[in-house]
Amino acid sequence: MPTTNLRKLRTNLNRRKLINSGFAFLGATIIAIAIIILLGLTLKMAFQGAERITPEFFTSFPSRRASRAGILSAWVGTCLVMLVTAMAAIPLGVASGIYLEEYAKKNWLADLIEINVTNLAGVPSIIYGLLALGLFVYELRLGQSILSAGLTLALLILPVVIVTTRESIRAIPNSLREASYALGASKWQTIWDHILPYSFGSILTGVIIGLSRAIGETAPIITIGALTFIAFLPKSPFKSEFPFLSFEWLQAPFTVMPIQMFNWVSRPQAAFEINAAAAGTVLIGMTLGINAIAIFLRYQLRKDIKW
Amino acid sequence: MVINNSHEQITSIPKAEVADLDFYYGSFHALKGINMTLPEHSVTALIGPSGCGKTTFLRCFNRMHDLYPGNRYEGSIWLDKDTNILGRKVDPIEVRMRISMVFQRPNPFPKSIYENVAYGLRVRGENNRRLMDEKIEDALRVSALWDEVKDRLNESAYNLSGGQQQRLCIARALVADPEIVLFDEPTSALDPIATASIEELMSTLKDRVTILIVTHSMQQAARISDHTAFMYLGELIEFGRTKDVFNKPLNQQTEDYISGRIG
Ligand SMILES: Nc1ncnc2c1ncn2[C@@H]1O[C@H](COP(=O)(O)OP(=O)(O)OP(=O)(O)O)[C@@H](O)[C@H]1O
Ligand SMILES: [Mg+2]
Repeated sequence: MPTTNLRKLRTNLNRRKLINSGFAFLGATIIAIAIIILLGLTLKMAFQGAERITPEFFTSFPSRRASRAGILSAWVGTCLVMLVTAMAAIPLGVASGIYLEEYAKKNWLADLIEINVTNLAGVPSIIYGLLALGLFVYELRLGQSILSAGLTLALLILPVVIVTTRESIRAIPNSLREASYALGASKWQTIWDHILPYSFGSILTGVIIGLSRAIGETAPIITIGALTFIAFLPKSPFKSEFPFLSFEWLQAPFTVMPIQMFNWVSRPQAAFEINAAAAGTVLIGMTLGINAIAIFLRYQLRKDIKW
Repeated sequence: MVINNSHEQITSIPKAEVADLDFYYGSFHALKGINMTLPEHSVTALIGPSGCGKTTFLRCFNRMHDLYPGNRYEGSIWLDKDTNILGRKVDPIEVRMRISMVFQRPNPFPKSIYENVAYGLRVRGENNRRLMDEKIEDALRVSALWDEVKDRLNESAYNLSGGQQQRLCIARALVADPEIVLFDEPTSALDPIATASIEELMSTLKDRVTILIVTHSMQQAARISDHTAFMYLGELIEFGRTKDVFNKPLNQQTEDYISGRIG
């Protein structure tokens, strides 16, 4: 190659490499800024609340005296509400996603449903609160209970679960479906033996995103009438005699972490702000806990799936 | 077009008989009036230029087209003279349990080598470990893969080479003793050595099953098949014993294709 041509080629190459590293640098900077801000805020909150994060904080009911107030009813409420949400949203959302993707005929109705489900994911949460107030609390008479709250949040995250389920299923190469069908598998066998296991990881990610959103929701929960001050616990879900499970807790009044925080932040005394910071730190911890469970489940399943 | 495809009568017993088969992708008429027999315990090759409908024809045999909306069959494919594969009342799942398929690209499941082959049995609800072990070993031996994988049956199938993956898919297709195995260009993604090993096992398979194979390679068709069908633009132009079709083709188009003038 003549040297002039080679020189030209190299100048051109250097320019393209410069643009490439420029973008890499820009991206890294933006991510660094975002992480530093996030970490800063979290750490500030954690330091502020650190002095209140004691065992008593978890085992005490709210109180008028900031130093004696705890989050017992709040974290128990959050756990129970999230349990109901997960139990309702995961089976419903995953089943709907599977149905829409694998069974439903692809026609205008399917398109209409798809557009609507996607849009529902963007509806403000307070609207879900109003809907739930009318439907669960008044119409179905479920009361201002853990059940109502769990179902409300389930409704709220259902679109996310459906959409991610569909996308995860769609990402599975068609050749694997055909391989399964060609061996004489039924549709359900193909879904159960292949499609679900292979897409489990991504579906789980969607579920976690949904639950993480639900755990921090305040507006719809207040709308359906969560209490802000509650000094007793719902009945335990376990009991000593047969059948060992009790569902009375579903009907109990409740509060949840974000409402407890909101309540404390709106008090004039500075001491309550420390409580709010401590509760916030715990809430973040709970969210991370959900993620940890997801990572564990994904790891467990990886053992069988060998990409 | 006058189609003259009456070679010397094929004497072996027909495993399947295709009668006036038409196939439509929506409004696209992809297969036109195909009549053919599939002789039992022999290898029948489908050749023809790209886009002539070989894959489409092959996938009629295991009702693969049922998976997608808008596809339509007309005519019939008789299996053992008594079951019309395309019949309304015939369950495609039953058909696929009797007629298995190996695809153009190896498509193992992201599971262990053992589980890949086992799935052919598991779909039928087979759970007996001893019986499965036996059948799986047998299938892997017939597919000339056993010696390479016998010590790593629990490893991912994705760790195998392309040729090994294809032989794994063949083992998976064979494990439940199908009557017919369909191959869609099974060696087109493989190197000559892997191709040779698959061609070799094809001739041993004949004792157990009837084989219908699509191939782009005339040499391959000549090497491994007993009968050859030449397709062109959705029609079956010529069908007969491989040596007849290759040595004295009755049709100008067949001759052009075989000698490399079209396709
Ligand atoms: N899903 C489909 N929908 C509509 N038309 C299709 C579809 N699949 C294939 N066709 C058309 O049907 C004709 C036959 O296709 P087919 O795949 O059977 O060809 P082929 O002989 O297998 O070709 P190749 O040798 O390239 O694999 C082609 O014209 C193709 O465009
Ligand atoms: Mg093809």
